[in-house]
Amino acid sequence: MSESLLINISIVILFLPLLGFTTVIFFGKKIPKLYMFEVAVLGLTLLLSIIVAYVKLSIYDTKDIIAAFTWISMGNAPALGGINIELGFKIDNITVIMLFVVNLISFLVHVFSIEYMRGDKRYTRYFAYLGIFTFSMLGIVLTHNLLMMYIFWELVGLSSYLLIGFWYEKKSASDAAKKAFIVNRIGDIGMFLGILILFTQYHTFTFDAIYEQIAAGNIPFGSNAWLTAAGILIFMGAVGKSAQFPLHVWLPDAMEGPTPVSALIHAATMVAAGVYLAVRIFVMLTADAMLVIAVVGAVTALVAATIALTQNDIKKVLAYSTVSQLGYMVMSIGVGAYAFAFFHLVTHAFFKACLFLGSGSVIHSMHHEQDIRNMGGLKKKMPITYYTFLISSLAISGVPLFSGFLSKDGILAGTLVFGKLTGHWLIPIIGFAVAGLTAFYMFRLVIMTFHGEPRDHHKYDHAHESPFVMAAPLVVLAVLSVFIWYTPNPINPSAGWVIGDWIKTPAQVTPLETRYEFMKPSSEAAKAEVHGEVIHSVEYTETMHWAHYPAMFLSLFLAGLGILVAFLFYQWKKLNADKLAEKLQGLYKFSLNKWFLDELYDLTAIAGTLRFSSILAWFDNTIVDGIVNGSATVTRFTSRMSNWFDTYIVDGAVNFSAFLSGFVGLSFRRLQTGKVQTYIVFVVFAIIILLMFFKPF
Amino acid sequence: MIGFPILSLITFLPILGMFLIMFMKKEQSKSIKYLTLGITALQIVLALVLLASYNYSAGGIYEEKSFQFIEKFKWINISGISWLGNIKIDYFMGIDGLSMPMVLLTALVSFVAALSSWNIEKSVKGYFALFLLLDAGMMGVFVSLDFFLFYIFWELMLLPMYFLIGIWGGPRKEYAAIKFFIYTLFGSVFILLVMIGLYFSATELMADGSRVHTFSMIALMNPANYSADGILSALNPDNLRLIAYIALFAGFAIKIPMFPFHTWLPDAHVEAPTPISVILAGVLLKMGTYGILRISYPIFPDITRDLMWYIALFGMVNIIYGALVALAQKDFKKLIAYSSVSHMGYVLLGMASLTTVGINGAIFQMFNHGTITAMLFLIVGVVYDRTHTRGLNDFGGLASQMPVYTGFVTVAFFAAIGLPSMSGFVSEALVFIGAFGVDSLRVLTIISTLGILLGAAYMLWTLQRIFFGPLNEKWASLKDLDAREYAMFIPLTIIIIFLGVYPSAMLNIMNSSVNSLVHFVTTTVSTTSLGGL
Repeated sequence: MSESLLINISIVILFLPLLGFTTVIFFGKKIPKLYMFEVAVLGLTLLLSIIVAYVKLSIYDTKDIIAAFTWISMGNAPALGGINIELGFKIDNITVIMLFVVNLISFLVHVFSIEYMRGDKRYTRYFAYLGIFTFSMLGIVLTHNLLMMYIFWELVGLSSYLLIGFWYEKKSASDAAKKAFIVNRIGDIGMFLGILILFTQYHTFTFDAIYEQIAAGNIPFGSNAWLTAAGILIFMGAVGKSAQFPLHVWLPDAMEGPTPVSALIHAATMVAAGVYLAVRIFVMLTADAMLVIAVVGAVTALVAATIALTQNDIKKVLAYSTVSQLGYMVMSIGVGAYAFAFFHLVTHAFFKACLFLGSGSVIHSMHHEQDIRNMGGLKKKMPITYYTFLISSLAISGVPLFSGFLSKDGILAGTLVFGKLTGHWLIPIIGFAVAGLTAFYMFRLVIMTFHGEPRDHHKYDHAHESPFVMAAPLVVLAVLSVFIWYTPNPINPSAGWVIGDWIKTPAQVTPLETRYEFMKPSSEAAKAEVHGEVIHSVEYTETMHWAHYPAMFLSLFLAGLGILVAFLFYQWKKLNADKLAEKLQGLYKFSLNKWFLDELYDLTAIAGTLRFSSILAWFDNTIVDGIVNGSATVTRFTSRMSNWFDTYIVDGAVNFSAFLSGFVGLSFRRLQTGKVQTYIVFVVFAIIILLMFFKPF
Repeated sequence: MIGFPILSLITFLPILGMFLIMFMKKEQSKSIKYLTLGITALQIVLALVLLASYNYSAGGIYEEKSFQFIEKFKWINISGISWLGNIKIDYFMGIDGLSMPMVLLTALVSFVAALSSWNIEKSVKGYFALFLLLDAGMMGVFVSLDFFLFYIFWELMLLPMYFLIGIWGGPRKEYAAIKFFIYTLFGSVFILLVMIGLYFSATELMADGSRVHTFSMIALMNPANYSADGILSALNPDNLRLIAYIALFAGFAIKIPMFPFHTWLPDAHVEAPTPISVILAGVLLKMGTYGILRISYPIFPDITRDLMWYIALFGMVNIIYGALVALAQKDFKKLIAYSSVSHMGYVLLGMASLTTVGINGAIFQMFNHGTITAMLFLIVGVVYDRTHTRGLNDFGGLASQMPVYTGFVTVAFFAAIGLPSMSGFVSEALVFIGAFGVDSLRVLTIISTLGILLGAAYMLWTLQRIFFGPLNEKWASLKDLDAREYAMFIPLTIIIIFLGVYPSAMLNIMNSSVNSLVHFVTTTVSTTSLGGL
C-alpha cells in the first residue's frame, strides 16, 4: 500500500463519521432506522483504521507520512513576505494507534448505545452527535499542525457540550454542559495564546516546521522564557480538556450525559486529547515547562484520588478516577516518561471505557439508580458485567497480568527516576500514594456494587444481566485489558511491541541550557541526531534500570494494600468506614465536598464576574448613556433658555421699542388737535425759540 | 472608462423600486412586498455578476486604475468663482477588495431583511418605499469614491432609518429614533468639516494641466496633491491633521459604534422592527469601520501610524466591555445588541494592527459579523413574533417545542462564540494573529482574548435560559419555523459554514487590496506634499 493511499484512507476515516452525522441529523426524523447507518459507518471506519494501523506499523514503522494543503494564502504581505496558512495530516505510529483506539471505543459505544438508549425520544439525534464527536476527535488525532488541532479541539468541545446536555430538560444537565464548555474555553485561551506566540515567530502552525526552527536555535522573541511560556500556554489547553487541576471541575459534572457518552468522551478519548496534545508538543518543552506540567499532573492525581474515596455515585467515583489517571499521564509527560504517558493513555482508554460501560450496564438494569449505597450483590445477577468490571478494576489498580500494571508501573518508575535525578521527591511520593488510593477506591466500588447482600431489594429484584449488544463491548474491552496484547512479558513492557517498537521518545529540540541535565544528550553524536530515537542521557538510562524493581515492588505493595484495606472495610467489615468518617469528620467533609472547589469558584470567579458585569451595565446605562441623555437635556435646557431669552429679552426689546414709540405717540397725540389756530401758535412759539437760540440779530 | 454602469444600477435599482411602489395602490400590499423582494434579489444577482467578473489581483485603494467597474464623470462643476476657483464634484464610483465584500453583504442582508419584513402590516407602502431608499443609501456608501458623493449617501440612509424606527418601532420608538438620528448626525458634522478641510487642502491635476480642488478620495490620498499652505497639509505646524483625524474618526466611530459612543445602539435595536435591526447590525455598523479603512487610513497614514495603539485600545475596550455588559442583560435583543459592540471591537483591533493578517481579519470579521448578527436578530424576531416578549427569563424549554428553530439558533450562537468551522472563528483568529504580531499591541491582544471566554458565557447562558430546561407551559402551542423563515435562515447558515470551512473564498477577494492598503499606510510619508503647488 502506498503512502498516498494510506493518507487517503485516513481522510476517508476522518470524514465518514461526518457523513454519518449529516445524514442522521437531516433525515433521522423521517427514517428512524438511520441510526444503524451511523453504527455501520463506525464499523467501517474501525475496519479501515485497523488496516491503516497494520500497514503503518508493519511497513512504514519508522517513517512519518505527511500531506498538507494551503488553506489560506495572503499573497505577498508588505514587510512580512508570503503568508500562508497550511493545514494537513500526519500519520505516525502514535496517530495510527490513536486511530484504532478512538474508532474501536467509538464503535463499541455505538453498539452499546443501541440498547442503552433505546426508547429515548431523541434516539437518532444521539447517534448523530456520536458521529460528529468521532469526526472531531479523529481530526485531533490526524492533524499535523497546531491550528487544525485547535479547530478540532473546539469541535470536540461542541460535541461534548451537545452530549452532556443531551437531556437538556434537566437543569443539572444543561448547567453541566455550559460549565464544561466555558471551563474548557479558559484552557483554550491559553492554548490559543501559545499558538499565537509560535505563529508570530515562525509564520507556520506545522509542528515539524516549528520544531525544526527551534532546533536551529530560533527562539520566540529571542528568549527562552517565551519558549517556556509557549509550552505552558499550549499545555493549558490540556489542563482544560484533560480536566487537570484547577480546571478539572467540569468533568465530574459532565456525568450528567448518557453513560455511554461518559465512557467514550469523558473517560477514554476526548479527555485524553489533552495528553495527546502534550505528547505532540513534548519536544519543545523546556525543563521549566515540564516541571509545571509534572506538578499540575501530580496535584491533579492526588486531589482527584482523595475525592474519589468518599463519593457514593458510581459514575462520580469513576469520573474522579479518570481525572486522577489523567493526572498520572500528564505527570508522566512532565517527568519525561513520554512513552509511558501515551501507553497509559491507551491502556486507560480500554479499561476505563469498560468500567464506564459496566457502570452503564448496572445503571441500566437498576433503573437509573446510581448510588452505590443502594446496590450490592449484583455479582450473581450480572456475572458478565461483574467479571469485566473486576478485570478493569484490577487493571486500573495496577495488578500484574493486566494492562494497567504495565503502563502505570512505567510512569511510577519514571517519577522515581525524576525524583532521584532532580531532587523533586514529592512527585514520586504523590505518584505512589495515589496508586494505593486508586486500588482502595476502585475496590470499594467493586465491593459495594457487586459483593455482599443487596441493600435495595426492590431494585435488586428487577436487576438482570444486560443483553448481548451491551455485554459484548464489555467483554472486548476487558479482554483488551490483559497484558498479552501489549507485551509477552507481563512485568516488562519494554519487551513488548508498544513500548519496545512503536512508541519512541523523540529528541528534545529546545536549547540545551533549558533542558534538564538528564535530557541532554550524552555525546556529540547524539546531539547531532535531532530526530533521534533515544535522547535521554546514559545517566537516565542507568537510573531507569535502578528504578525498575523498587518501583515495581513498591507499587505492587501499595496496590495490594489498597485492595486489602477496601476488603477490610467493605467486604469483611473488620473496620468501620462510618466510624472513621466520624472521627475524621473535617477531612471526610472536605473530600465528600470535592475540596469545596465548586463553591470557591462560584463565590469568586463566577459571582465576581456577574457582579462586575452588572456594575458595568449600570455604568453603561447611567453614566455613559446618562452623559448622552444629559447632553440632550442640557441642549434642551439651553434651547428653552434661548427661547425665553428670545421671547422676553430679544423680542422683549423689540416689543418694548414698539411700546415705547406707542407711548411717545400717545403722549404727543394730544398736541394733534386739528385746529389751525393751535398749530399757528406752536409755529410762532417755535420761531421765537429758534430765534432765541441762534440770535441772528 | 465607462462601460456598462453596473454600480449605478445596483445602487439606484432600489430607488427605481421606490418610485414604482409610490405609484402602486395601498391595497396591493402583497405585490409591494414581492416587488421589494424582487429588487433585492436582483441586487444579489448584480452583486454576483460583479463577483464573477471581478479581478482578484487588482489592488485598488490608492490607485485609480486598479479599481474596477469605474464610473466617473463630472457632476457638479462651477467654474470661475473668484476666490474659490472651480467647484468640482465628480460622480465617481468603483470597487476594490475593500468594498466588494461589503457590496455582497449589503445585497445579501437586504434580501434577508426584505423576507423578514413580510409581516409588516402598518402602512406597507411607506415602509417598503423607505426600505428601498435605505438600501440604495447603503449600497451607495460602499461604491462611492468621491468623498462628496460618499457623504450624500451616508446622509441619505439616515432619513429612512429615522422613519423606519420612529414609525414601525416598539414602545419607545420616538426616543430611539431621535437618539439614533441626532447621534449619527452629530458624527456626520465632523465628517463634513474634515471633508471640506481636505477639499481646500488638496488639488487634483486635470487633463489640461490645471490644478483644481477635489473631493476624489484617491486624489486626497496622494501627498503630492497637497499644497504646502493647505490647512490639512502635513506641513501645517498646528497639528490640524491630528485634530482632523480625530474628528473624522469620531464621526465614523459613532457608527461602529465604539465605546463610549455606543449607547444609541441598544436603544435603536430594541425599538427597531426586526428587519431594521437586521440591516442596522448587518450593514450600517460596517459603514463606520469601512469609512475608517477607506478614508481615514489612506488619507492620514501618518496619523494612523501614530494612533494605532489607541485604536487597538478602543477595540479591546469594545470587546471586553461589550461582552461584560451583554452578560448582565435581561432582554434578548439588548443582549445581542451588546454582543455587536463586542464583536465590532475585533474589527477595530484587527484594523489597528496595520498588518495584512490583521486587516484581512478585520474586513472578514465585518462580513461575518454582518451575516452572523443578522441571523441573531432574525432569531430574536422569530421568537418575539410568536410570544411578544424578549425577556430572557420568560422562556425555557423551547428546544422541545421548536427543534428546527433551536438547530438554527445553535448554529448562530456557536458562530457568534467563534466556533471553528464557522466563519466567525477565522476572522477572529486572523485578528488575533495580526494584532499579536505587533509588539506594541501584544498586551492589548492578550487581554482581548478574554472576549472569547465571555462571549461563550453570555451566549451559552442565553441558550440555556431560552431553550433548555422543562418547557414553560405558556409556550406549549408555539409553532416551529415556516417556509419563509427557512428561506431567511438557510442562506445565512450556508454562508456562515461555507466561509468557516473555506474562508479563502472571501479572503481572496480582499487580499490584494489589503496588501495595497497595508503597504500604502505603513510606508507613505505625508510630507512629500512639497511637490504640490
